[in-house]
Amino acid sequence: MATATRKRTLGRQVAIVGAGLSQFGAFPEKDSRDLFVEAFQDMMETMDKPFDIDDIECAYIGNYSSDLFETQGHTAPIVADWLGMTPIPITRIENACASSGSALREGVMAIASGMYDIVLVGGMEKMTNLPTEGVTDVLASAADGLYEVPAGLTFPGIFGAIAKAHMDRYETNLDHLLKVGIKNHNNGALNPKAQFSVTIKDMMERRKARAEQRGQPVPDYRDEMDFLNDQSANPWIAWPLRLYDCAPITDGASCVLLVSAEIAHNFTDRPVALAGFGQASGKPLHDADELTSLSAAKEASRQAYEMAGITADDVDVAEVHDCFTIAEIVASEDLGFFAPGEGPRAVDEGRTALDGDRPINTSGGLKSKGHPVGASGVGQVVEIYHQLRGEAGDRQAKKSKVEVGLTHNVGGTGGTCVVNVLRME
Amino acid sequence: MPSSEFNAANYYKRLVEDRQLTGIRCNVCGQLSPEARPMCAVCRSSDIAWHAFSGRATLSTFTCISVVPDYWGQKGYGRNNPYCSGIVTLEEGPRISARITGVDGSNPQSIRSGMALALDLEDLDPERPSLAFRPA
Repeated sequence: MATATRKRTLGRQVAIVGAGLSQFGAFPEKDSRDLFVEAFQDMMETMDKPFDIDDIECAYIGNYSSDLFETQGHTAPIVADWLGMTPIPITRIENACASSGSALREGVMAIASGMYDIVLVGGMEKMTNLPTEGVTDVLASAADGLYEVPAGLTFPGIFGAIAKAHMDRYETNLDHLLKVGIKNHNNGALNPKAQFSVTIKDMMERRKARAEQRGQPVPDYRDEMDFLNDQSANPWIAWPLRLYDCAPITDGASCVLLVSAEIAHNFTDRPVALAGFGQASGKPLHDADELTSLSAAKEASRQAYEMAGITADDVDVAEVHDCFTIAEIVASEDLGFFAPGEGPRAVDEGRTALDGDRPINTSGGLKSKGHPVGASGVGQVVEIYHQLRGEAGDRQAKKSKVEVGLTHNVGGTGGTCVVNVLRME
Repeated sequence: MPSSEFNAANYYKRLVEDRQLTGIRCNVCGQLSPEARPMCAVCRSSDIAWHAFSGRATLSTFTCISVVPDYWGQKGYGRNNPYCSGIVTLEEGPRISARITGVDGSNPQSIRSGMALALDLEDLDPERPSLAFRPA
């Protein structure tokens, strides 16, 4: 067997004992460091047992591009200073939208190596300083600048091309994409930290009310689908993707506290085990084996399932990288939840909804919760941590057993994928 | 080892000056790549040669982009005039990202996956060259 596919094991087990999230949204007055402090304070306030911050030995922070978004490089030591944690070693990790997924991986390995017992990992992104066009250009720099970007492909454009390939190959249609958005907003409406803590139906009603206030003709929408099919309310971004198929531009931060499993009970009586993780790299879409799948997601999940000793069928709840609605459908197939081409039907049948047998993106996903790119990977872990502990409130998955959770975090258009399997011990 | 000439700068120079799509061929394993690379990604050989592609291709998938980067906005594209980009499969087998010209970006239903394409050098901007194909 090639070494690249050798079964991986950790030197020692790692547990998550605390999780925090800043408010997600647009905060003109805050910098990324302030958002990270907010996430950290949220974690500290929700820790089960008191602990001394000075016991944190090391930190890894995911951040895609403070350089371009905030004209600020070398952000990790600034975070250490803002947290009063200097001189601990702290390192910024950049893997596009999978930056904090990869930061978490570094933290896990730092503990598994035996070097540290207590490690802080997280992510942050401050995106709203730039206008939409500027953000589009920064995000496009996560694609191949030599061969994809000159061809006019934007980030939504590449996922639009994946959506078209999925529609050509399977029975996928535009309604399936819109239904993913509706489902995720239904969940996000139950998440007080979400950027858009509101259903699509509520947005439809607001649009009607605004028209009425302005004395304009009030649109006569039959339902949310009718609203979403209104070109003026939901314009094309990169056909076949529309505005409501795209995750928003978001400021936010996330963090979790990792400890070696043997000391986890010093922090909480209900630690969440990091049972398996995987990370893989992939090629640009034009060099990919398939146009309807992200090979890195398949490989990262294979690694994570193998390390955790489970199969896709054992996963009770998942947060997947829905930077675009099609990306959630493709993820649900790449992760093995549904056969290739069956993802859209699962959406139709409500299987991925909060009360379905395979709830996906209970947090609202990137679509509704928001997508501060460098914070999203650990943000997903924060949601699964709460789901497994049964403390997700109104958005707690309805199924009777929620013991195994999964996160799927994609960098770029599949250049990186990080998958984690979390388990309630 | 001599410095390799197989890079994007020379790839785009050849597109502009030779007016053809010139990628690379690995002299050891025969792998073709429309991207110029200093080393074969399949067998890792550095024994590479330039390879002129025929310029004939089919459209594998596409998108019509309405929210456009600054550069394309300055060319008149945008919400009211989306442009089409996609993935094309070259006659020789490999795929590559390209702009699709000569189609109506505001009417995606009129654009068909699988349609035959030919290399389009009409609008080539020598300052910022971009690979383009039009319906054959």
